[in-house]
Amino acid sequence: MILDGKCPKGPIQTSWDRHRFDMKLVNPANKRKYKILVVGTGLAGGAAAASLGELGYNVEAFCYQDSARRAHSIAAQGGINAAKNYPNDGDSIYRLFYDTIKGGDFRAREADVWRLAQVSNDIIDQCVAQGVPFARDYAGYLDNRSFGGAQVSRTFFARGQTGQQLLLGAYSALSRQVQAGSVKLFARTEMLDVVVVDGEAKGITVRDLVTGEIRTHVGDAVVLATGGYVNVFYLSTNAMGCSVTANWRAHKKGAFFANPCYTQIHPTCIPQSGEHQSKLTLMSESLRNDGRCWAPKKQGDNRPANEIPEEDRDYYLERKYPSFGNLAPRDIASRAAKEQCDDKRGVGPGGRGVYLDFADSIKRLSEDTIRERYGNLFEMYEKITDENAYKVPMRIYPAPHYSMGGLWVDYNCESNLPGLFVLGEANFSVHGANRLGASALMQGLADGYYVIPYTIANYLAKIKPGTVKADHPECKKSIEDVNGLTKKMLGINGKKTVSEFHRELGKIMWNNVGMARSEESLKEAIKQIPVLREEFWKNVKVTGTGAQLNQELENAGRVADFLEFGELLAKDALHRKESCGGHFRTEYQMPDGEAMRDDENFCYAAAWEFKGVNAEPELHKEPLTFDNVHLAVRSYK
Amino acid sequence: MNLILHVWRQAGPKAPGKLEQYEAKNVSPDQSFLEMLDDVNDRLIRDGKDPISFDHDCREGICGMCSQVINGVPHGGQERTTVCQLHMRSFKDGDNIYIEPWRALAFPIIRDLIVDREAMEKIIRAGGYTSCHTGGVADGNAVLIPKPDADYAMDAAECIGCGACIAACPNGSAMLFTSAKVAQLATLPQGKAEAAERVCNMTEAMQANGFGNCSNHYECQAACPKGINVKFIAKLNREYQKALFK
Repeated sequence: MILDGKCPKGPIQTSWDRHRFDMKLVNPANKRKYKILVVGTGLAGGAAAASLGELGYNVEAFCYQDSARRAHSIAAQGGINAAKNYPNDGDSIYRLFYDTIKGGDFRAREADVWRLAQVSNDIIDQCVAQGVPFARDYAGYLDNRSFGGAQVSRTFFARGQTGQQLLLGAYSALSRQVQAGSVKLFARTEMLDVVVVDGEAKGITVRDLVTGEIRTHVGDAVVLATGGYVNVFYLSTNAMGCSVTANWRAHKKGAFFANPCYTQIHPTCIPQSGEHQSKLTLMSESLRNDGRCWAPKKQGDNRPANEIPEEDRDYYLERKYPSFGNLAPRDIASRAAKEQCDDKRGVGPGGRGVYLDFADSIKRLSEDTIRERYGNLFEMYEKITDENAYKVPMRIYPAPHYSMGGLWVDYNCESNLPGLFVLGEANFSVHGANRLGASALMQGLADGYYVIPYTIANYLAKIKPGTVKADHPECKKSIEDVNGLTKKMLGINGKKTVSEFHRELGKIMWNNVGMARSEESLKEAIKQIPVLREEFWKNVKVTGTGAQLNQELENAGRVADFLEFGELLAKDALHRKESCGGHFRTEYQMPDGEAMRDDENFCYAAAWEFKGVNAEPELHKEPLTFDNVHLAVRSYK
Repeated sequence: MNLILHVWRQAGPKAPGKLEQYEAKNVSPDQSFLEMLDDVNDRLIRDGKDPISFDHDCREGICGMCSQVINGVPHGGQERTTVCQLHMRSFKDGDNIYIEPWRALAFPIIRDLIVDREAMEKIIRAGGYTSCHTGGVADGNAVLIPKPDADYAMDAAECIGCGACIAACPNGSAMLFTSAKVAQLATLPQGKAEAAERVCNMTEAMQANGFGNCSNHYECQAACPKGINVKFIAKLNREYQKALFK
C-alpha cells in the first residue's frame, strides 16, 4: 500500500495556516460531550491533556509514574530550539526548517517540519507565560546557546534542566485543569491495549499498578504520547519504565510502525563501568559548546589525560568537520567516537571512551563561568565516576538515547487507525533519520500545545460522541486478552528473571543493531531474537500475583514486547539498504566513511503492518518528496 | 564488598510491616544504591520470594520518584544526592544498612518502600501555576526579567517534588516544597498577578492534606537533593502576610 501523509498542497510557507482554516471545528458547547483519552504525561501528553482540557473537552490522562511531573521529558538537559532570531545571527523559520530536514538526513516530511519550525516561537512565549525560568541576560532578555547541527544560536535553556522546567510548565497547566475538573488524571496506571471498534480507536485497557485491576476506559479518541523505545538496547539514557508497550500493543491492533531502525545513539554519555549497570547517563550536548572531543593519537596510549601533550592528541571532530567542529550532529559525533575506539585509541576501562576536555574553556572563561553554565552536569558526572571534570577531562561514550521512528502518523498526527493520534517521540514524523539536539522538547510541545488541539477537532467533528460503551464486546475481549497475558506470565515459573532476559536482548541489539549494522549482523539478530523470545515464554520467573502492586509483572510485560519489537527493528534495518542518519550500514559508506544514502530507492518512510508474532510484517511505503530543499549529500565539513 | 540490609517490608497500606534482614553480596563500589537493590531482588526472585518494591524511574536524580530513608536520613544523607545517585563507594564492607520508606502522616505506605504522595499533588493543584491559556500570550521578551530574579526563580524551580523535605521534617511539614513553588511564581512578573491568591490557596491545601507546620528545624534543606534553600520559606511567609493585608 502507498501511504498518504495528507500534507496540504501549495506553498509550504502558508500550508499550516491554510490547513487550520480547512479543518472542521467542534462547537464550544459540544466539546464537553467528547471524551479524549491521553496516554503519557510528558511534554507531548501533558501539553495535549492541558490544552484539550482548557478547550473544554472531557479529558482522561494516564501515566505509569505516581505523578504526571515525572515523565522522562524531565531528564532533558540542554535546551529547546526556536527560530526567534533574538541574537540577530541569521536564524529564520526557513533556516530551522532546513537544518531539521538536513539534520534528519532528508528522511522526514517537509510539511510537518515546516509547521514545527513555525510554531517553535509560540512555544517559548507560552512557556515564559507559565513561569518557566529560562536563562536571561543582565538586561533581562532571553539568553541563547548553540547546539549541534546548527550554525546559529537558537537554543533556549534553563540551566542544565530545560526538560524539567518545560515539563513542570506543562504539568502546572495540567494540574490547573485537574483542579478545574476538565481533566481526570490516572497516575500509576499503565496502558496495555487499545480497543478498536469497526476499525477506529475507541478506548484503552489499562492496569491499575497499585491494585492490579484491569479495566477499560472508553472514549471518542485516543492520544498516545508514550515516548520512545531505546530501552530495547537494555542500557540507554531512558528511564527504567520507558518501554515500547503502548506503541507495540497499538501496533498489534493495526497501527503501522514507521522507521523503527532510526535510533539515536547520543555521543556524550558516561561510559559503562561494569556489568551491574542498569542505565547510562547522558551528559548534555550543550557541553560541546565549551568542551573539545579528543582521543590519543597513539594506539594504546595509557598515560593519564593531563600527561598527554598537545601534539599527541587528536581533536578528531575539529579535524574531520572544521566548519561545525565539536558541534557536529549527534549521529556523526557518535560514529566518530566509535571510530577512535575501534582504532584502539579509546580511553578508560575497556578502551570504550574518548575525552571531552574543558581545560581550554576554563583557561579562556574561568572555572566559575563553566560552573555557572554546566555546574549540575559536572556534579552528576562526579557522583557517578568519582572524577572531577574541572581538573581532568570527562570520559564519554555514545549510548542509545532517542528513537526517531515510531507509530506512523499523517500530517494531523493521526495514525492509520482513525481516532488514534500519536504525539512526540512516540510518532515518527519530524526528525527523519536523526534528531538534532534541542528538537525533541520542541516537537513534544509543538504536538501537544499547537497541533493536536486543532487536528483532533477535525476528526471529532465527523463522529457522534459516546457511541461505544464500556460493555461493548470489544472492551470485554480486550480485558480478557490482557488478563490472559498476565496469567500466562505468572504461570511460567521458570528459572530466569525478567532483567536477565532484558540484558540478553540488549546485548543482541547493541552488538548487531547498534551504531554500525551490516547484513550479516542484522541476520544474526533476526536469528537470535526469536530464540530468546521463545525461551522467555518457557523460562521466565515472575513472582507474586496480578492483584497487587507487582513491579516484576509490569517489567515482564514490557520486556515481552521488546522481545517482539526488537525483531521488527532489525528487519527494518535489514531492508533499508542505505546509510542515513542514525541508521549506519557498513556496506553503504563513502570512501571517507560517511553515510551513503540511496535516494533513488529509499527516499520513503517505511511503515510496517503487524501480521502475527512469528509472521513476516508487511511493508507499506510513504514516498517522501522534497520541493523546498535540495536533496543533497549531508555535509558538515 | 558484602553488606547486611534491614529493609522495611509491608504488604499493603493496612498490613503490619517490619524490618527484614537480607545480605547483599559482591557489591561493587561503582554500583548505584538501586543497582545493589536490583541484585538483591534478582536473588529473591530466583529463590521464589517477593522482591522488595521501591519507586524509581529516571535513575539520574531528576524525576523525583525514588524515595528511601537510608540509615535514618531521606536519600541517605549525601549532600544534594537522590537515592538513585547514591553510589556504593560511600559504604564499607560489612556495613549494616537500614532502608525505610518516607515517613510522614501525609504519605500512606502502598507497599514496602513505596508511599502515596498524592497529597503533594493537591498542593500544586491548589495554585502552583499561572492561569494562562495555551495560545494568545505575549512575546517572551515583552516583559524583561532581571537576571537575578530569573536565577532566584530557577533556584526555587529546581525542586523535583520527591518529598524528602517532608520525610525529614519532624512535623511532616511541606513548607519547603510549597514555598519553592510560591517563591518561583511570586518572583516572576508572569506569576505576580495571582501571587496573593496562590499563597493562600496553597498554604490552605497544605494544612488540609495532613502536613504539619514549620517550626524552623531546617531538616528539609539538609535532606533536599537539589539543595532548595529555606530562604524560600521566609519568602512564603512574607508573601502570605502581604496577602493577608491585601
